[in-house]
Amino acid sequence: MTDTLSKIEKRTAYTLLLPAVFLVFAIVLFPIFANIWISFKEVQLKDIRIPEPRVKKIVKTISEDNTKLKIVYRLRNSSLIENIDNIKFLDKLPTNIEPIDLDSRCTFRSKKIQCDFGNWEAKYRENFEIVVQNVNKVKIDKNSIKSQKPKLSGDADNILLTTKFTLKNFKQVFNENEFLDLLLTTFYFTFFGTVGAIIFGMFAAQLVNQKFYGRTFMRSILLFPYVGPVVALAYTWTLLLDPNSGTLNALLINFGVLDKPINLLGQKYIELNFMGFDIKLRLALTTVIMFEIWRYFPLAFLFILARLQAVPKDLYEAAEVDGAGPLRKFVNITLPQITAILSILFMIRFIWNFNKFEDIFLLTGGASGTRTLPINVYQQGFAVSNIGMGSAVSIVIVVLLIIFMIVYFKLIGKRANEI
Amino acid sequence: MKYKPLLIYLFISSVFLTLISSIWKIMATLQGLKLTEINLNMNFILALLLSLSFILIGKKINHQMKILTLSLFFTFSYILINESAPIWYDIGIFLITLFFTNRLKNYDTNLLKEDFISEKIFFDFLSLFAIVFFAFVILFPFYLMFVTSFKTQAALLFNPLDLSINFANNLAEVFKSYFIIFKTYDFGRYIYTSSIVSIGTVIITLIFAIPAAYAVARLNFFGKTFLSTSILVIYMFPAIVLVIPLYTVFSQLGLRNSIEGLLIVYTATTLPVAIYMLQGYFKSIPKEIEDAGLMDGQNWFGIIIKIIIPLSLPAIASVALYVFMIAWNEFLFSLMFLDNPKSFTLSRAINHLTGDAETPRQYLMAGSVIVTLPILLIFVYFEKYLVSGLTAGSVKG
Repeated sequence: MTDTLSKIEKRTAYTLLLPAVFLVFAIVLFPIFANIWISFKEVQLKDIRIPEPRVKKIVKTISEDNTKLKIVYRLRNSSLIENIDNIKFLDKLPTNIEPIDLDSRCTFRSKKIQCDFGNWEAKYRENFEIVVQNVNKVKIDKNSIKSQKPKLSGDADNILLTTKFTLKNFKQVFNENEFLDLLLTTFYFTFFGTVGAIIFGMFAAQLVNQKFYGRTFMRSILLFPYVGPVVALAYTWTLLLDPNSGTLNALLINFGVLDKPINLLGQKYIELNFMGFDIKLRLALTTVIMFEIWRYFPLAFLFILARLQAVPKDLYEAAEVDGAGPLRKFVNITLPQITAILSILFMIRFIWNFNKFEDIFLLTGGASGTRTLPINVYQQGFAVSNIGMGSAVSIVIVVLLIIFMIVYFKLIGKRANEI
Repeated sequence: MKYKPLLIYLFISSVFLTLISSIWKIMATLQGLKLTEINLNMNFILALLLSLSFILIGKKINHQMKILTLSLFFTFSYILINESAPIWYDIGIFLITLFFTNRLKNYDTNLLKEDFISEKIFFDFLSLFAIVFFAFVILFPFYLMFVTSFKTQAALLFNPLDLSINFANNLAEVFKSYFIIFKTYDFGRYIYTSSIVSIGTVIITLIFAIPAAYAVARLNFFGKTFLSTSILVIYMFPAIVLVIPLYTVFSQLGLRNSIEGLLIVYTATTLPVAIYMLQGYFKSIPKEIEDAGLMDGQNWFGIIIKIIIPLSLPAIASVALYVFMIAWNEFLFSLMFLDNPKSFTLSRAINHLTGDAETPRQYLMAGSVIVTLPILLIFVYFEKYLVSGLTAGSVKG
């Protein structure tokens, strides 16, 4: 009895899970594996069109003889690289209409024109003509012929399904002398974006954890940057930082802080003189990191605030009795209480910032030294139109990601459920 | 009397007052006022004198009288050493000083003798300043977006510092950008598409996620632990690594430029987190209630519909709002999959506007306001639900 019950339970569980699991498999897991396949192929963006024979039918009148019509079929191979084999053509004619001097590749039987065009190489084009006449020698209705759509079929290899593989993409990814630079930029962006967001989030959480007038209002608006759509926010920042008529530059010039505007998003380096040292700062990258911090510190804030509110109040009271000041209380009570959440936040945000695409893409498009790995996927795949290269860069990202995740689960995997 | 706390008090409070009055000056400049001198040094010395006289007077006179006279003195001296400005600006300075001196109410020579008073003063003013700082830094871009959408191109180029809205003008002129983006750029259609896609994603995700989450939370089956860990792992994989294979497959299947394609992708990418959030909640529902349902002869379908869903409405609301937010704000997939303006979502449409360098920025900002406002309103209205959704699901970002 119990055996059948557990069987029913199992079957129910699988039925309930199947739709969700199937969808996630098809859209999330399958592409990750498909990336491996594509990354070993030489595929351009234009190649992913399915090779198919195409036809456009044009009907022309023949002057001085309205009992005859000329039909022109513009035939072509849609693919620029693949051959199509065994092409069959079929078109129907209305009753009482028949072709004259039919091409040798074709036959006419019971109102149907059937042709065997054989093989077409890539980019093949042909204007195929048929002259038709009315058997009863009366005027042919042009529309009756036009309305019939011809059919074409053929066999072709889909480039994505062939078994031609190459290592060229990976060689290119690693041999490009910018790869190290790309990796470094990604790590700068990820690390400083993560740390900055956590530090600001911690300040904000400390702030909101106190009592003051307008605290709930403050808590709401602190989350605005995270809730707002990235497109709108990124373009607002671009406008704010614009060197020609942006508010920030105009303000700084107005108060005499700057002599001439600086292009915060379009300038790769800026020379700073700090206490006698000349520092070369990655300006555009820093600005992008600032945006990243601005947009994601609310998340750190939310987590840390939730943790802070769970810290027992008597800990602070006891510390006060022992004569501890505010700074000591923070260092000796608050910090130890939130280290767990800080490390979890750091790992999670690190992984997510590592994959950040939209923010950088919308602010700089990857120009002026802000090209990170995810931006490179887009640029290789869609700007350079090399799908294979784009996939190869994706694979690099996935491998790094798996390494991060192993570290994450090794270090704090068990504690992740506490939050 | 200790001198260290006194000096720290004087320094911190003066810095605070100087910074706040400078922020007020910047805000006034952004309303079109022509001010070009920050004048930090002089104002700092003035604030120093104010703090010093406050502590010296102590509790000798009535508090109200004291802050009123001191603020008036400060404001008049401020007017003397700074550029001339309209009366509303000076009133603002007066109110800031009044607020500041009122904050100092408890400060006198006795208080400065307390333990850790320097630290306390420091944190007191730091948190006051932080409130102003955070509010300013966060709200300013939103304010800029809002105001720019009401401006004309000429006004924006003539004085980028003037961020005031003049509603006294012709109203049609003020809302011109909005009329144009609806008429010329067809934003009505994009709002429609975005709503359909977001609401559709929420509904389909819930239909798929609720049964799956129930199975993970309640039923025993082979591979359960594996499944529940892989949910989180799958969730960690970013959209950017899925984009190329999905693009190629969707191109060949003809699913690009279609709402169906977007719905499939959005649902699949939000499903893991929806299942993760819901199963956590389902586990907290007492099993006895379900057993009672089983006794009544309900099958799993009846249990989910009649017991689980009514009991977990708050969690479902959180998930729904969170998924809605993700779908509404999503950009990467809509950038990749949509290139026909007929099927654009709002985010994609705004991105498309920037493709033409000639597009005036006030149209861009009007579009941004249109995409931002609904999500912010929903957030403010349903804050409780969305915040719990964010906390549970914010492993993603």
